[in-house]
Amino acid sequence: MHSIATIFRREMASYFATPVAYVFIVIFLALNGVMTFYVGNFFDRNQADLVAFFSFHPWLYLFLIPALSMRLWAEERRTGTIELSMTLPLTTGQIVVGKFLSAWAFTAIALALTFPIWLTVNYLGDPDNGAILAGYLGSLLMAGGFLAVGSFVSALTKNQVIAFVLAATLCFLLVAMGSTIVLNFLGDLASGEVADFLRSLSVMNHFSDISKGVVDLRDAIYFAALICLFLVLNVVALDRLKAA
Amino acid sequence: MIEIDHLSKTFGPITAVDDISFNVAKGEVLGFLGPNGAGKSTTMKMITGFLPPTSGTARVAGYDVRRNPIAVKRRVGYLPEGAPMWPDMTPAAFLAFIARVRNLSGSDAEARIATAIRRTQLSDVLQQPIDTLSKGFKRRLGLAQALLHDPEVLILDEPTDGLDPNQKHEVRELIRSMAGTKAIVISTHILEEVEAVCSRAIIIANGRIVADETPADLAARSWRHNGVSLRTRTPDRVKAAVSSLPDVGKVVAEGGDRIFVGARNGASIITQVSAALREADAEVEQITVEQGRLDEVFREITNPQQAHA
Repeated sequence: MHSIATIFRREMASYFATPVAYVFIVIFLALNGVMTFYVGNFFDRNQADLVAFFSFHPWLYLFLIPALSMRLWAEERRTGTIELSMTLPLTTGQIVVGKFLSAWAFTAIALALTFPIWLTVNYLGDPDNGAILAGYLGSLLMAGGFLAVGSFVSALTKNQVIAFVLAATLCFLLVAMGSTIVLNFLGDLASGEVADFLRSLSVMNHFSDISKGVVDLRDAIYFAALICLFLVLNVVALDRLKAA
Repeated sequence: MIEIDHLSKTFGPITAVDDISFNVAKGEVLGFLGPNGAGKSTTMKMITGFLPPTSGTARVAGYDVRRNPIAVKRRVGYLPEGAPMWPDMTPAAFLAFIARVRNLSGSDAEARIATAIRRTQLSDVLQQPIDTLSKGFKRRLGLAQALLHDPEVLILDEPTDGLDPNQKHEVRELIRSMAGTKAIVISTHILEEVEAVCSRAIIIANGRIVADETPADLAARSWRHNGVSLRTRTPDRVKAAVSSLPDVGKVVAEGGDRIFVGARNGASIITQVSAALREADAEVEQITVEQGRLDEVFREITNPQQAHA
């Protein structure tokens, strides 16, 4: 625990020691505003909820999270600091989890800074704040899932651009997997049970319920499993990399 | 302290380290020499647990690196090649991080950080981001990181690379001051460094150990060992006087008024030579006995064809 906390602190400090934190937060907040008010027609909906806000999060995270996760390992590999990390008395798992939690906490900060929109709906109307809280929770879980995917991909390459593109593609597949476009494209290959299976693995399927305020344990388990799976893969990838 | 037992490492078709074995005891400073790509860094990476060996074992203080990596890493201070560090951190934050990772806290951590800073003379740059530091400061910060927890084993990959002559001297003094209480392995290209700080030298070429002895013994392999170098205004008379002596081998003119008198099979020839010179009434301004040159031996051992050409 002590080791994970030490890594966590070092990583968190590095976000704020560089412009990464500020650029990310500003872009995240600006895009959230644009999406919610212009694309989501927040006012025209005339409803005191944040559905217009949350429903764009999968698409925002699709490229913002890979931008955050691409440096996690690719940069360490390129600059050689991975050799320093891995020869300190730390296990690969501790470093992976420490880095992941730090990135996740950082996205939580960015997400928390969207609180003015919550104030706005409370000022304009009388929203179901429980549903909004659930929306935030779901959004955070989804960000965690994308981050775990991105962290894993970042460990596969020294090149941050490749890490970004691969992570964005994988996240896109996770989002779009259950959509009608993909299912139609697959045609007969994905009919009946296969289609159901793909839909059940899709991030959209699990996020849309939560974003409307319905917290189902299955959705939470889905995201937790997604995070665990990719963090384990991340550890395996790093250990295999060393063995190569 | 360090036991390397038939260690090998292959990367696909390339054999980087080929069945090497050696031990390093407490109090020894082992110089690891070899041309670029000989396998020095790969060996160090295996001892420190960054790369798993393809076969063989590396043990530190009795712990197998593969079975007990954390126990080994606790006991080792390692300066990786190129001294990689997170560029956005300051040296102060970096050393505080290393102290926490090493489970040091409170006044103990502060005292050790202060000691490491003093020994590596980093106090002027503590608050400057690492990527703005000069190569010399970075290398010294890497050293400070490696010795922070006062480890039993120090593994330093090119510790003086990029340092100016004064800094090199300081780092060598630092290594020498720690020599008695630790097992130290340093890799280097600089042969004078081996003579200056190492109690033992291993030369590695193409992944194999080709020499393992003290720097003095290594130098004694040189054809110049025990030869006599002299400066004279009457080179012809000198040559005539010494070339017929029984233990004298090659006699070469080395530019200007210098002559080198080689010893056959490393025999001690100085008394014979000086007697012969006195007899011949040669005018000699300077005369010294050579110990041999490490760089020649190094070339001879690692690249026999080219050394003769």
